[in-house]
Amino acid sequence: MSNLTQIRDLTSLIAMVQGRYVHTIDDGDCHEWPDFFVDDCFYKIISADNYARNMEAGLMWMDSKAMLHDRILSLLEANVYERHSYRHILGQPFITSVEGDELESETSFMVARITREGPTDLFVTGRYVDRYRVIDDDAKLVTRIVVLDSNQIDTLLGFPL
Amino acid sequence: MNASEKVSQARPEWPTEDGASRVPYWVFQREDVAEIERARLFNGPVWNFLTLEVELENAGDFVAVDAGETPVIVTRGEDGELNAFENRCAHRGSLLALEDRGNVKDFTCVYHAWRHSLKGDLVGVAFKRGIKRKGGIADGFEMSKHGPRKMRVEVFEGLVFGSFDPDVESLKDYLGEEISQRITRVLGGRKPVILGNYIQVLPNNWKLYVENTKDSYHASILHTFFTTFELNKLSQKGGIVVSKNGGHHVSHSSVDAAAEKGKDTYKEQKIRSDSDLSLSDTSLLENFKEFGDDTTLQILSVFPNFVLQQIQNSIAVRTILPKGPDSMHLKWTYVGFEEDTPKQRKIRLKQSNLIGPGGYVSMEDGCIGGFVRRGTIGSPDDSAVLAMGGYGIETSDDRITEASIRGFWTEYRAKTGL
Ligand code: FES
Ligand SMILES: [Fe+2]
Repeated sequence: MSNLTQIRDLTSLIAMVQGRYVHTIDDGDCHEWPDFFVDDCFYKIISADNYARNMEAGLMWMDSKAMLHDRILSLLEANVYERHSYRHILGQPFITSVEGDELESETSFMVARITREGPTDLFVTGRYVDRYRVIDDDAKLVTRIVVLDSNQIDTLLGFPL
Repeated sequence: MNASEKVSQARPEWPTEDGASRVPYWVFQREDVAEIERARLFNGPVWNFLTLEVELENAGDFVAVDAGETPVIVTRGEDGELNAFENRCAHRGSLLALEDRGNVKDFTCVYHAWRHSLKGDLVGVAFKRGIKRKGGIADGFEMSKHGPRKMRVEVFEGLVFGSFDPDVESLKDYLGEEISQRITRVLGGRKPVILGNYIQVLPNNWKLYVENTKDSYHASILHTFFTTFELNKLSQKGGIVVSKNGGHHVSHSSVDAAAEKGKDTYKEQKIRSDSDLSLSDTSLLENFKEFGDDTTLQILSVFPNFVLQQIQNSIAVRTILPKGPDSMHLKWTYVGFEEDTPKQRKIRLKQSNLIGPGGYVSMEDGCIGGFVRRGTIGSPDDSAVLAMGGYGIETSDDRITEASIRGFWTEYRAKTGL
């Protein structure tokens, strides 16, 4: 049953990392968001329909940690929008494969958007399709494809998902 | 105020001061205005952008789209011709296509299985003769007299347009030479590849987004991405083109090669920034020479609701679809070309971060229409002022002008009679 133990350990490691991830975006310092990724990471937001049809573009398409950093910088320093925040609710990570020090996992999410002091709206739902690299007692994202269930985005997409 | 209260009050007159320079806020708010637009614009003598021709390569291919608020099916027939008709069953009006795209032999309605050809003709009625001579359709019922409304279809440079008005002028005349040339400049002679499509749901009247798209005045003010990171220090020159009747426009800018020549800092431009803020990964700004000119940006609109965008190597088409007076869908299609090298394709994908619902230079446009809707809710009889660049609707070689917005309203009023 060592396989089960390993999966259980990895599941709780990924759950812990993802708990910190959403805290960072929703309640912490967004500048730290890129630190969840390796330097030559790939991050993309795409809809389930576009994903199934192998469309190449994304709502965000970034292939380095530096680009993630730039996204936050632009969002906080340059872009203009009504003040709002997101609230991520994640499901349990589902580890789909393990190879050496890397693993693949999927996690469902729902994100609410809170505009100023209200209203709270359901903004997007979907799943993360991830590849993590386990480094010591931590795991870093090598790839995160954010697959949105719907093709529709209300108003605008600001903070990362 | 809800929609029915708005209708109950008689529609005020359009303010007459200063030519086309005043736009009353009621035109963005009233249900009766939306009714007039349905009748005289989207169902009238305009060309609605429907889809890209590459979506319909083979006989039987179809896409379900919208012309204004009307659901429409576009097909490639057995004869190779394109057809467009309402997505509405001839019998009692159910949707015919329940998927966004696919390949079919015909459209059989799920409700009572009436069958429609790829051309939109009614060709089969289930149990037409009843069972054992009982039931069945009325004597003398002619299938050819029933069917969803058809559109005229024309294609230009792979863009498929449709019109519900059989007497509308040809697409070529409708676009005119200057707009046609500017479309050809981007799409001509190449086969597009669709890289992605999204719908951005905006909390405002569709015309507020049309105004925004035609508004070359706001670009460098509202969108601060380029200025914050000092990314655009190359000498730029630009201007706008407004079509003869005002309805279509092009806003363009290009590197001013002559002004650049005298400078010795040319090489450092664009990637160096003196401000404290700079991008860590400047690969976002890499681009490749795609067109035989220096134009780095070309935003083109076709009346009433189509946009073709070139921002460096980021190409997209957008359709502006009304959803009642207070909401709209902005449909984005990101485009590449079959001839792209892997490196060029990657540049396009990276540059797609600039555009769309979360784009560095477009996200602001997602919220600005809502700000106007909320700001004007209590003042339907007040008006917006469009006085930048005078009161005319002429083509000009600067972009600090609202001429193309005045052009839109000139054509809008001519077509709607408002
Ligand atoms: S509504 Fe389509 S067959 Fe009856
Ligand atoms: Fe804009």
